[in-house]
Amino acid sequence: MPVTTAPEDAVVVRGLVKRYGRGAPAAVDGLDLTAARGRVTAVLGPNGAGKTTTVECCEGLRSPDAGSVRVLGLDPVRDARTLRPRVGVMLQDGGLPSTVPSAEALRHVAAMYARPRPVEELTERLGLGSFARTQVRRLSGGQRQRLALAAALVGRPEVVFLDEPSAGMDPQARLAVWDLVRELRDSGATVLVTTHQMAEAEALADHVVVVDHGRALVAGSLTQVLGPEEGERVRVTLRGPDGAPPDLPRLAPGLADTLRGAGIPVAVTPTHDGLELASPADPRLLHLVTGWAVDADVVLTSLGTGRRTLEDVFLDLTGRSLR
Amino acid sequence: MTVPAPHPGPAATADAEGLALDGPHAGAAPWPRRVGAQALAEMRTVLRNGEQLVITLVLPTLLLVVLTRTDLVDLGTDDRLSLVAPGVLALAVMSSAFTSQAIATGFDRRNGVLRLLATTPLGRSGLVLGKVVGISAIAALQMVVLAGIAVALGWRPELAGLPAALVMLVLGTAAFSSLALLLAGVLRAEAVLAVANLVWVLLLAGGAVLLPAEVLPGPLGDLAGLLPSGALGEGLRSAFADGVLRPGSVLVLAVWTLVAGSATARFFRWS
Repeated sequence: MPVTTAPEDAVVVRGLVKRYGRGAPAAVDGLDLTAARGRVTAVLGPNGAGKTTTVECCEGLRSPDAGSVRVLGLDPVRDARTLRPRVGVMLQDGGLPSTVPSAEALRHVAAMYARPRPVEELTERLGLGSFARTQVRRLSGGQRQRLALAAALVGRPEVVFLDEPSAGMDPQARLAVWDLVRELRDSGATVLVTTHQMAEAEALADHVVVVDHGRALVAGSLTQVLGPEEGERVRVTLRGPDGAPPDLPRLAPGLADTLRGAGIPVAVTPTHDGLELASPADPRLLHLVTGWAVDADVVLTSLGTGRRTLEDVFLDLTGRSLR
Repeated sequence: MTVPAPHPGPAATADAEGLALDGPHAGAAPWPRRVGAQALAEMRTVLRNGEQLVITLVLPTLLLVVLTRTDLVDLGTDDRLSLVAPGVLALAVMSSAFTSQAIATGFDRRNGVLRLLATTPLGRSGLVLGKVVGISAIAALQMVVLAGIAVALGWRPELAGLPAALVMLVLGTAAFSSLALLLAGVLRAEAVLAVANLVWVLLLAGGAVLLPAEVLPGPLGDLAGLLPSGALGEGLRSAFADGVLRPGSVLVLAVWTLVAGSATARFFRWS
């Protein structure tokens, strides 16, 4: 077996194109993605953005039409035999036989490895004991997801692909899964997780790749994508006179001028539904904003502070909501 | 198939509680163990599942006993066992290698089982090999049980025909399981369930599997000989009655295997 040097990045996708059937629109259309070793990378995007197709190309389940995919420096299709023992996979639709008791399904996957994690350990850690003898088809959505996660981890993988891992889980189970993912990361594993939930990406990810229509729109660490931690902002949403939609691109410079005139130079940018002020909230600033609203003849429908969220990033990039 | 050597992983951490990567990754089990595990899983699925057991063992046993111990059906011969026993063996192969396997694979495909196992060290080739071993083992088990019952009922087959019978059984299993995988790989799971059961009933009635082609009306008899069911049934009957290998049956089953096998390789969808 050729010795492969370990690259810095565990997963590298470049210009990936995948279409289902000739002439069909591309499900993935020139996507770039990098997952750093020992980090959690979240691929965030709405349903149909091409997340699952991308992950399936990384897992060797699909061959790219164009572009390249490397996992641990290897080609997932050509080098599948070398790669499979080092990679753990949790599919979106479970992937465990429906008529088999849960514990047996897990033991079956474990049997494919020379030195699997003890099934008892995973059973305890993921709370599978209570339904160990229940057929997979009779499990609740959350139970099934936990079992599928256990199956992904049983081979002590260096790289773990989790496709929508907390779908169908109650909040408590979701938190348990997030803890587990962080623990995996801390132990040195690389995790690539797809999700359409901002909260999941924000809670878990060191790096985020926002995808839409089969392309990566933006990628980087959470700080890079969201702005610095201390970059608290004031955000207002507006309604024009008589409920007309406000002309945000025209209003933004007006507010900026007002603030500058009062000795508070603050950048004001229009967002999808309001204005964003690049400054933390303080009483004088808020007073000036409400005064400006009277002069500009607009109604403030909400006023808030906080960091930008991934939802904001997605909306700003696409003009659409994630859901 | 080569087994990759263990890969050096991060330094060992003694963490019994957590999920730390305590040393190298788990490595692939040796391939005979992977394939063996898959074959055993396939067998358990059949033996534990009520409907599967009915079609693979219970119904063939019932037909064997009822057709030979009663004269509900006029078989046109007094030596009922010589006629029925080979037919029941052929029917059993059709039940397990075709109907039962098509349904199991169809639902495994829909549930993502085929895709998940393809990402483990088992891989797609190991999965297919495991199925082949599992189907063969189930077929062998069926033959022992059913032939045992037939002999207990008084069946005295031509022992010189055993090698010929074995050839027919292997070819029949290959042809029917290729057809099963083709069906399971192109249709929706519910459609697989319907078609696999319907085909079983149609071939049982008019496919010359259980009863010889000559008892079928006119053109149906000629047609049945070209079907895998008829080829296997006729082949087993001539092996056990006359101790000879029927070349026509070999040819028909080989062609079905080849055509269904290539079509499966070409059209099988894993998801």
